[in-house]
Amino acid sequence: MSAPAMTAMQAGLQSCEGCGLLSRPAPGEEEGQCPRCDEELSFRKHGSFQRTWAYLLAAAICYIPANVLPVLTTTTAAGADSDTILQGVVLLWSPTGWPLSIIVLVASIMIPSAKILALGYLLITTQRGSVANNEQRIRMYRMVEFIGRWSMVDVFVDTFTAALIQLQPLMSVEPGPGLIFFAAVVVFTMLAVESFDPRLIWDSASMQAAESKEVTYA
Amino acid sequence: MSYNQPINDHSLLACQHCDLLQRIPELEPGASARCPRCNKELWRRRVDSLNRTFALTVAAVVLYIIANSVPMLGLTIVGRDAQTTVIGGALHLWNNDQKVVGVLVLFTAVIAPALQIGLMLAILLGAMRPRPPQWVATLLRYHPTTKIWSMIEVMMVGVLVALVKIADYATVVPGLALFVLWVLVFILAGMSSSFDSRDVWDRIQWADEAHRDGAGEALVEGTS
Repeated sequence: MSAPAMTAMQAGLQSCEGCGLLSRPAPGEEEGQCPRCDEELSFRKHGSFQRTWAYLLAAAICYIPANVLPVLTTTTAAGADSDTILQGVVLLWSPTGWPLSIIVLVASIMIPSAKILALGYLLITTQRGSVANNEQRIRMYRMVEFIGRWSMVDVFVDTFTAALIQLQPLMSVEPGPGLIFFAAVVVFTMLAVESFDPRLIWDSASMQAAESKEVTYA
Repeated sequence: MSYNQPINDHSLLACQHCDLLQRIPELEPGASARCPRCNKELWRRRVDSLNRTFALTVAAVVLYIIANSVPMLGLTIVGRDAQTTVIGGALHLWNNDQKVVGVLVLFTAVIAPALQIGLMLAILLGAMRPRPPQWVATLLRYHPTTKIWSMIEVMMVGVLVALVKIADYATVVPGLALFVLWVLVFILAGMSSSFDSRDVWDRIQWADEAHRDGAGEALVEGTS
């Protein structure tokens, strides 16, 4: 690759997030529409930091009731019993069921908390203009983007458990109040990932490179 | 707002993850190009993309319809039995004061996959024309979003866990939809990985047709 180490923004070009076309704003304009797919173009996503912070804080707030409130209530002749997500993991643990117990533990407890921490770290380092560990940070972003959806596993577990076990008066299972908060954590973190612009991670490094090297602008 | 002016260099593009400007080489079918700075895959040229994706999409349509019209899970316990479909699961939440979660389950397990498959079918039918019309561009622009929210594979892992939980209390009866959905998971993965969006974008009719490839006036006269 012998291309000059320059970003599209430094060259005054906007890259379309919808179709990938590179284009230049019309003379006198800051931003325009993509001539190929009609998408509204900008150099970077508008208000990326603010929107990502907003979704992330919403997720972090919902994370507490999601783990404290029960997600399933089992009613039998002997009485009612409520389980939180963590209790569900413990209940699944058995000589044969332990692999599934680990799946739920990873998907429902480890992934959401890791996602919130990772996004917070990305936001803070990027806003402070860090130029270190760019490769690791972009890899972290991709990981968060890729695994985020898997937190929904527990929502589906509870949905189908509750839909099937309806054997009144013997036994019935109903979704608990924690479920909506848990689902909210998943949705808010996914929206946070969507509103974060990964190109911001590299902007400080790109600026330094442009200053230190003699870059010839086309 | 006005249209941006396209640059007159087809091979130049910016990485979507780090904005580095670079020239993309002409690739052999099956080969891929990565960003030298952040390692993001910029383009993978697919072999016989339209035909293969079309075959998989048609299969997905058929499997999707079956999966949503027959029971997925059933159980029997002391002479009583119960069964549910995918939609039935969402409906149960709706009827039990969990309307928001019910809608989310319906959206991620039923509506988004339908959009993912349906939009892809429309995109392919449009893309098979010599000059794909502008509405193909609109659909193609929104298709990645439907993919993000379509979570059939996640649902299937959830169903597996639910199955094991229920097996403690009752005899589980797997329904036809359970098997069909597992096949659909793999068909959808194949559908995404056989589709080459860059190939369609290259041939599509532009929103600002007058400035396509900077060809300007000549093209306007040719198409009008």
